[in-house]
Amino acid sequence: MAGTFAFAESRNGELRKVGFEAVTAARQAADASGGGDVHALIVGAPGIAAQADALGRYGADNVVVVEHAALERYSPEVVAATAAERIRSGQYRAAFFSASAQGRDLAPRVAAQLGVTLASDVIAFELQGDDVLAQHPAYTGKVIVTLRLTGVPAVLSLRPGALTAVEQPRSARIEQAAPAVDPASARVVVTELLQQTATKLDLGEAPVIVSGGRGLRAAEHFKLVEDLAAAFGNAAVGATRAVTDDGWRPATDQIGQTGRLVSPDLYVAVGISGAIQHLAGMRTAKTIVAINKDKDAPIFKVADYGIVGDLFEIMPRLTDEVRKARGSR
Amino acid sequence: MKRVPDMELRFAIAPDRKSLEPSGLKYDMSDFDGYALEVALRLVEKSGAGEVVLISLGPDGVQETLRKGLAIGAARAVHLQAADVPVDGFAVAHALAAELRGGGYDLILFGRMATDTASGTVGPMVAELLGLPCVTAISQLDVAEGSGTARRDLEGAAEMVRFPMPAVLSIDEGIARPRLATLKGIMAAKKKPLEVKPAALGEARLTVEAMALPAERSGPRFLGEGSDAVPELVQRLRTEAKVL
Repeated sequence: MAGTFAFAESRNGELRKVGFEAVTAARQAADASGGGDVHALIVGAPGIAAQADALGRYGADNVVVVEHAALERYSPEVVAATAAERIRSGQYRAAFFSASAQGRDLAPRVAAQLGVTLASDVIAFELQGDDVLAQHPAYTGKVIVTLRLTGVPAVLSLRPGALTAVEQPRSARIEQAAPAVDPASARVVVTELLQQTATKLDLGEAPVIVSGGRGLRAAEHFKLVEDLAAAFGNAAVGATRAVTDDGWRPATDQIGQTGRLVSPDLYVAVGISGAIQHLAGMRTAKTIVAINKDKDAPIFKVADYGIVGDLFEIMPRLTDEVRKARGSR
Repeated sequence: MKRVPDMELRFAIAPDRKSLEPSGLKYDMSDFDGYALEVALRLVEKSGAGEVVLISLGPDGVQETLRKGLAIGAARAVHLQAADVPVDGFAVAHALAAELRGGGYDLILFGRMATDTASGTVGPMVAELLGLPCVTAISQLDVAEGSGTARRDLEGAAEMVRFPMPAVLSIDEGIARPRLATLKGIMAAKKKPLEVKPAALGEARLTVEAMALPAERSGPRFLGEGSDAVPELVQRLRTEAKVL
């Protein structure tokens, strides 16, 4: 029996879905090792404690809340030192982070401070004695590597969306703690958070991603993609590198090796041929739909469902049918 | 900088089931490292002083990649010799930190991640081992006297970050278009210093247990042509994929 740790990522005072995924993973690992406690850490400005109960819903037994006026924005050095201190004192079997933009920054710092290595961008894992076997997509997703992670604590970061957050309610104990270092001493300071997307769900949060490529032919035709995303109601809009390079969409919308690596429940690729660099970012999605006029486009090789044809004809009808399907539920 | 296989190639798994079939692989500098090199060259050019030093870890083949970096404009290079590049980022970070410690560098630049393992762990780990400030995945960078500001792209947002120097930075793609080696550069690179020494790797606690090609998707690939296929797609998203 061993306890586990999860870092509950937040932004702008709101918990991120990837935080619930980390708690779900920690719950699984604790249960697999005989049912230890799951400890979650949440860091933010005063008021973030109100979010702590939500972590209990996903299986946290104990939530450590670190509130400080200087922690409204992510503070890499303070959060890393605080997480490392908690993990060190808790003697956990495993510690889970997200491989989100924030988690990719945080997890290696924490692991190094603990003097251990990190299994990064993991899509599945299992405990095996004192080791952890972790699956990780490598070589732009063309190869799945199973890694053996030795040593305690095992520190892992999870690809966003790869592990579905599952509610397993516990009445979590909530504990207030101070940051491990004085936030005023931080050398690296996030001075500003620039919100890029107007929609509530971004690429790290949305269970559905509708993405557009060059096949849309012009920036204004992204409306077709936005309309379908709106019809789903729980979708974010993504784009290929060609499209963000051309300025049709902001760089933060880019899916691929050079953008976000995501694993949503559903990925709809619209007018995307499927360059290797794009496939690297989305091929681990649970279900992939491709709409393209060229039946030989590489995107169809990774798709579960494909429609060949003119997207300008297909998209309005698909949007309409999705809206109807959701309306009739 | 890391030497990685060309990602455009088709990969096969070797009979040991834990490595790539080596025949037919072509190697080059990891893409993001090319951007890091470009950033380094521009900073040195702008300041009018200093030099860019390249470090790579791995088998002797990495010297080819280092020569390319020298041809593009770096002043000198260090090859940390190892039979292969461990998948354990912390083991690699130990070797790099041992080489970098006491080097007097103003900035230590990494690519945001290597294109083969896509882990992005080594840079921040080196920063921790050296006790230096670190900013990762930088898409815009502005360096002034003794400090800098950087932009990091997040999911649907971005953040501006301030840091003091010396620092460890990891560079995202798109920050500056990498220049190509000129013929003159290629000739000059042959005479630039390339020091070879053994890599002081840390203990490997992350190892490759197995490699496999991703499972083929089982779904019927094509539901038809044009909008007539839409009702079946929606039906299948509902009943099979259960996402509607």
